[in-house]
Amino acid sequence: MITDAFVEAGRLLIRFDAELMEILALSMQVSSLALLISVVIGLPVGALLAISRFPGRRIAITVLNALLGLPPVVVGLLVYLMLSRSGPLGVLGLLYTPTAMVIAQVVLITPIIGALSCQVIEDLHHEYDAQFQSLSVPRTTAVLAYLWDARYSLITAVLAGFGRAISEVGAVIIVGGNIDHLTRVMTTAIALETSKGELAIALALGIILLSIALIVNAVVMILKTQAKRMAYV
Amino acid sequence: MHTLSIRKILLSLVVLPLAANLAMAESIIVQSTTSTKNSGLYDYILPIVQKETGLTVNVVAVGTGQAIKNAERCDGDVLLVHAKASEEKFVKDGFGIERFDLMYNDFVIVGPSSDPAKVNGMKDVTGALTKIANSKALFASRGDDSGTHKAELRLWKGANIDPTGASGQWYRETGSGMGATLNTSVGMGAYVLSDRASWANFGNKGDFKIHVEGDSALFNQYGVIRVNPAKCPSTKVQAGQKFVDWLISERGQNTIASYRVNGDQLFYPNAN
Repeated sequence: MITDAFVEAGRLLIRFDAELMEILALSMQVSSLALLISVVIGLPVGALLAISRFPGRRIAITVLNALLGLPPVVVGLLVYLMLSRSGPLGVLGLLYTPTAMVIAQVVLITPIIGALSCQVIEDLHHEYDAQFQSLSVPRTTAVLAYLWDARYSLITAVLAGFGRAISEVGAVIIVGGNIDHLTRVMTTAIALETSKGELAIALALGIILLSIALIVNAVVMILKTQAKRMAYV
Repeated sequence: MHTLSIRKILLSLVVLPLAANLAMAESIIVQSTTSTKNSGLYDYILPIVQKETGLTVNVVAVGTGQAIKNAERCDGDVLLVHAKASEEKFVKDGFGIERFDLMYNDFVIVGPSSDPAKVNGMKDVTGALTKIANSKALFASRGDDSGTHKAELRLWKGANIDPTGASGQWYRETGSGMGATLNTSVGMGAYVLSDRASWANFGNKGDFKIHVEGDSALFNQYGVIRVNPAKCPSTKVQAGQKFVDWLISERGQNTIASYRVNGDQLFYPNAN
């Protein structure tokens, strides 16, 4: 079975199978866009939580960390109820579209980006706060300095978010509906092939998905290494 | 140059999903069942529908119970499922306009070749279920309020057996779709009720085969209903009607009849 799967994966890739490419492209699009939005929301929220002092801050951070355990199927259900025609946002007609899938993934991975970046920046803040205060560095400048200084650790946080987005099936299958040529992504295609008993094809798709994740991570790793090298020249 | 390419990538990320939304203009959503989907029927007829009517039909395949609930929340234009009583209630409650018989096939009981309950070759489904229950042979139930699940419960009732008392023992409710339940059954060697189409098109049969078939109680009727715009103003009335009209037309019925897997006809049209 495993051998069959690798052979099938190779065959699909070599043939440059049109349907596979379509599904793969949608997976990348949905998850990349979700990641982008999550970074735009999650990074500032994480940074703010890390450096500000307000009552309930500990609680806020605890809640954010707890959201790391948000089950995708629950996110899918919540987003479904919001976007359903009979739900509060039903008029937008977004259910069973790629946009709905992006929304679900944003809900799912923003806490990951937020919680991880909060931790990273909090550590830096402990280290530099006294120094920054003695130099009267404005808060926004301090945040930007932290973000820049922590960029390599933050990349890991972003990669964690991407990994979660590209690999989850529970949320996108509910809000996307796994519709052929419209909302079918790699994970929902894997679920479908499994339910058809086409286990070798399902596993082949899994191998391809994992390879894509590997390539993304490798590219980021190379860029990171190069950037670090440049920094020390 | 560098920033331009990044901007292009970002732009395509934003525009493409939006474009996909716009492409929905000439399309409808059909709430349907895993059995019709897994059987490959839609993959066969939908390109023909697209060619002949210009309609893009997007199928959401879930259990019949969930499909009806989704349609009641107005998340679909057409309902195509197989649980006649629930469908008639859907219409009676005002969610659907009119129910049409569309096609039928039949349920079969499949199980391991070793046939622990010795039901192979039986036609009488009531007798077969009684033997399975008496021998406490494993039986996997969909347990998901789907059309197949409802049919299975009706058959147990006909045999005067309440298997739910043995839930978790010899009676195993998977709470999953037809395909997932077939995978589970093959994995644990349990008998299972399946529609013939899903079974025929299933790729992970292991040593399983059909043991019980041919009883009139195993009849499996599919119906098609257009969602009522009075309840769901957003529903695409004309496009939905176009699809239903095509399905029950002579052309649509012949197309359904011409769908084959390994030479076998899986659905028998019977719209009148």
